[in-house]
Amino acid sequence: MRKLSEKDILHVAKLAKLSLSKEEIARYQKQLSAVVEYVEELNEVGTEEIVPTSQTTGLEDVLRDDEILTNDCLSSQEALSGTDKTVNNYFVTPPLLGERGEK
Amino acid sequence: MKSFPLTIEDTQKLLLDKDITAVGLVDNYLENISKLNPELNAILTVAEEAAYEKAKKVDALITQFGEKIKESYPLFGVVVAYKDLFLTKGIRTTAGSKVLESYVPAYSATVVNRLEDAGAIPVAKTNCDAWAHGASGENSDFGPTKNPFNKDYVPGGSSSGSAVSVAAKMSLVATGTDTGGSIRQPANFTGTVGFKPTYGAVSRYGIVAMASSLDSIGHITNTVKDSRKIFEVTKGEDRKDSTVKNGEFKQPKARLKVGIPKEYFIEGIDPEVKDSVEEAAKVFEKEGIELVEISLPHTKYAISVYYIVQPAEVASNLGRYDAVRFGAGRDSFGAEAKRRIMLGTYVLSAGYYDAYYLKAMKVRSRIIEDFDKAFNKVDAIIAPVSPTAAFKLGEKANDPLKMYLADILTVPANLAGIPALAIPSGVNKKGLPLGFQLMGPRFSENVLFALGELYQEAAK
Repeated sequence: MRKLSEKDILHVAKLAKLSLSKEEIARYQKQLSAVVEYVEELNEVGTEEIVPTSQTTGLEDVLRDDEILTNDCLSSQEALSGTDKTVNNYFVTPPLLGERGEK
Repeated sequence: MKSFPLTIEDTQKLLLDKDITAVGLVDNYLENISKLNPELNAILTVAEEAAYEKAKKVDALITQFGEKIKESYPLFGVVVAYKDLFLTKGIRTTAGSKVLESYVPAYSATVVNRLEDAGAIPVAKTNCDAWAHGASGENSDFGPTKNPFNKDYVPGGSSSGSAVSVAAKMSLVATGTDTGGSIRQPANFTGTVGFKPTYGAVSRYGIVAMASSLDSIGHITNTVKDSRKIFEVTKGEDRKDSTVKNGEFKQPKARLKVGIPKEYFIEGIDPEVKDSVEEAAKVFEKEGIELVEISLPHTKYAISVYYIVQPAEVASNLGRYDAVRFGAGRDSFGAEAKRRIMLGTYVLSAGYYDAYYLKAMKVRSRIIEDFDKAFNKVDAIIAPVSPTAAFKLGEKANDPLKMYLADILTVPANLAGIPALAIPSGVNKKGLPLGFQLMGPRFSENVLFALGELYQEAAK
């Protein structure tokens, strides 16, 4: 029995916006199952009343004055320089909402 | 005989003595790159124009200031290569991935600006595992980097090209990122010095993110002394990365204790690696350092914690690549990036978060406790960097889990956010480099540098 089913792989790929080939689905099912099985060794470690660590700096709420540092701003030309898909100084994105029935 | 001084001090002496100009230095490094890179594949982009432009400025500054140049430009004439994760304004930055194959950044990383403001000369962008995912360099979308000691072997990863660039004299120093060992392990495989600072000591601004709670920004050099000099310039707050603080750096005490953790000398560790670390420890003992056996009992779980936390953060960071503002689409991700995105998305998904991600964050706390207890007894820890010396190209490429286990001795420092310094100590019977790492409590960089300098002086 594999830890992850083909359905799991397809679900995760959808969440991650990845399209996978048939071979990739089979390969990742095998490889991810092996890794997930391995990491389950963590169940051996008692962690009751242990506070989880999400970062190691100990810093909280690092704030600065709300001021514009003009010498640190990109011009719109610079900000748009990574793509050809622009109109009137805006990025062009794929449509998020469409007509009913449209994909 | 071309001039390839191996230290910052020697380079600057040659320049001040007028034995060579900065432009002449750049000539030599560029010639070496064109000679060696076709075989080693350490460099993805040569920054010829930027290199000469900066070299001319440095030559003018030397004429203007003479000896006094050091006061304002401590790194004048230092030829640097950047791992291709570091954004360089106007110079292509790929992260080793086809997704960013033609991406030219509109700004530079804080570290890049600081090095160049201090007089460093950029020469190239170095090859790496795509998105820094890997321990061998084989995950680069632009082909693997080869180990200059033996081209059938990997140079380690993910900062493969940076380590090789320094080892093969294609640059004097190189920058790297260390998320689970990506500076220390390639340094260890190429006979160079690799430095991973405390998490939060050096800004991550302008560096392609891998795993945000683990990414540490360091460098590769020929000597510990140079590692310290680079860190003096790169460290400190920049108001752009809010995890960075101007740390209260610990200074070395008169009598230092170094711990040897028994859990790092595990089954599967190569006897030559074990012996070389023990020999290095003896060098310290001879120099008056007290050696103490210590225990870090949760070490064996570090790899499992790492391969939950890290892919989770990777999946989140790589979520931004949608081809709208820059870069190619998600179909351009290579096999390893997809694998980590999938794994990370899985451990964060509904129904699995508590079992995997939350559990890993808790065991991470256990690993940190181990270090805290150890550092109550000792000032630093000495350990191997990798269970083996460099392995052969292709040896682990088809078995991701086996490749992940290569990180076992380096990931604990990243999980705990502590600094570590990898130092070379000779070669094995096959002629491949060996070495060890020193780890210390947060912001104990000066203690690690002092120990490293002591070792390099004693081992001369």
